[in-house]
Amino acid sequence: MIEIKGLKKTFGDLQVLRGVNLTIPKESITFIMGGSGTGKSVLLKHLVGLLKSDEGEIWFDGQDLTKLSEREWQRVRKKIGMLFQEGALFDSMTVAENVAFPLIEHSAGTMREIQKRVEELLEAVELLPAKDKYPSELSGGMKKRASLARTLALNPQVILFDEPTTGLDPILQITIMDLIKRIKETYKLTCVVVSHDVILALKYAQKIAFLHEGTIIEEGSPEEVKHSSHPFVRRFIDSALLLEKKEVFYE
Amino acid sequence: MNPFRALGRALLRFLEEAGGIFLFFWKALLYTFTPPFRVRLFLKHIEFIGVRSWLVVALTALFSGMVTAYQVHHALVKFGGQSVLGGVVALTLTRELGPVLSAIMVVARAGSAITAEIGSMRITEQIDALKIMAVNPIQYLVTPRLWAAMIVVPLLTAMADLIGIAGGYVIGVLVLGIDHGIFIARMQDMVELMDIMSGIYKAIFFGAFTVAVCCYKGYFARGGAEGVGRATTEAVVISSVGILVSDYILTTLFF
Repeated sequence: MIEIKGLKKTFGDLQVLRGVNLTIPKESITFIMGGSGTGKSVLLKHLVGLLKSDEGEIWFDGQDLTKLSEREWQRVRKKIGMLFQEGALFDSMTVAENVAFPLIEHSAGTMREIQKRVEELLEAVELLPAKDKYPSELSGGMKKRASLARTLALNPQVILFDEPTTGLDPILQITIMDLIKRIKETYKLTCVVVSHDVILALKYAQKIAFLHEGTIIEEGSPEEVKHSSHPFVRRFIDSALLLEKKEVFYE
Repeated sequence: MNPFRALGRALLRFLEEAGGIFLFFWKALLYTFTPPFRVRLFLKHIEFIGVRSWLVVALTALFSGMVTAYQVHHALVKFGGQSVLGGVVALTLTRELGPVLSAIMVVARAGSAITAEIGSMRITEQIDALKIMAVNPIQYLVTPRLWAAMIVVPLLTAMADLIGIAGGYVIGVLVLGIDHGIFIARMQDMVELMDIMSGIYKAIFFGAFTVAVCCYKGYFARGGAEGVGRATTEAVVISSVGILVSDYILTTLFF
C-alpha cells in the first residue's frame, strides 16, 4: 500500500500539487485521472523520487519516501518501476539488450540466466520475435510492451504507468490494458496508471482518483466515481461517455 | 534595462553556470570510487573520444607545424636567426599548439556528439529511466567519459606534438633548406622536459574541462530537439572559449 499525505509541489509561481491525500491499495490497479496539465505525471514522479516535494509524506513499505537520501532511493527503486509515456528505451540497444540492462546492472545471475530471463519477460509481453530490433524499428505499442518487460525485470512490487495508452489506436489501448491486468495478476503487482481515458479507467480500475487544481477531489471504486456528484468529475465523465456514444453512433 | 542590473544578472548567470559545472564535475569524479567500476564503458569512450579523433588531430597538427615553420622562418630570416627554427617550432607545439589544437578538435568531433547524445537521452526520459532502474546516471554517463578524456587528450597531444614537429621539420629542412643537424640540435637546446610536460598537464585539464561542460550541457538540456541543438552549440562555444582562456591562465601559472 502507498499512502500520500498532504503532498505539495510548486514550480516557480505555479503551485501544481496543493496537498494531495491518497491511498493506493496493494495489488490493485489505481487510475489517477484529471485534465491535461493538472499534475498527474508530477504526482507520479514523486513516487519514484524523480521530483522532491516541498511538503508532505509518501509512505511505502514502512518508510516515508520524501525523507530518503539518493542512496536510499537506489534500494527503493528496485521495488517501484515506472513505464514512461514514450517508453524511454535506450535507442542504442536492441529490445533484448534493453530488457537485459537492469539485470546486468544489478548482477542478477550469469549471462545465460539473464538471457533466459529476458526471453521469459519478452514472452510475457508477447514481444519475443522482436527481440533483436532497435526501438526506432518498433511501433508505439511495441515500445510500451518492451518498456514493460524492462520494468518487470527487477521484480518490482509497484509499477507506475504514465499515460500507457496515449497515442495508441483503440485496439492497442485494449491490448495494453489487458496486458497490464494480466501482468498485475501474474506478478501480484500494485499498478498506478495516470490517464485521462475514462472508459478504460471504468473498465480496468479497482480504484479511481481524480486530481483537480492540485488536490484529489474524488476517489473510490469505478462505480462510486461514475456516480460522483462533484461538478468537475461529473462533467469529465459525462463528456467522455458522450464522446463514446458519438463514436458508437458514427460507427 | 539598467546596464548595471544587466551586467549583474549576466555575472550571476555565469557564476551559477560555472558553479554548476564544477559541482557536476566533482560529483562525477567522486563516483569513480563507487562500484560498479565501468571498465567496459571507459574503454568504449577511449575508443570514441581518442581513437576516432586521431586522424583529425594528426592532420591539424601536421599543417599547423608546417605553417608555423613557414611563418617563423619568415620572421627569423630578417635578423639571421633561422637556425633556431627547430627550437621555436618545437616550443610552440609542445607548449601551446599541441594541447590547444588537440582539445579543440576533440570538442568539435567528440564533445558535440556527447552533448547531443546525453541531451537526447534527457528529453526522451532515458536518463530518468536509468534512475528508475536504480542506476546512477552521472556515474553511468559522465564518470567513464571524464576519465577517458583525461587519459586520451594528453595522448593525442603527445601525438600532435610529434606530428607537428615532423611537419615543421619537413618545411624547415626539406623546403627551406635548414641543416638537419642544426634543426635537431636547436630543438634539443631549447626544449626542456617542463615544456613538454606543461602541454601534457594542460591537456589533462582541457580533457576534464571539455567533457564536464559537454556532459553538463547535455544532462540539463530541455526544450525538445531545439533544446538539444542549443545545448550542443553552447557546449562547443563554452568549451572552445574556455580552452583558450584557461590556456592563458595555465601558461601564466606554469612559466
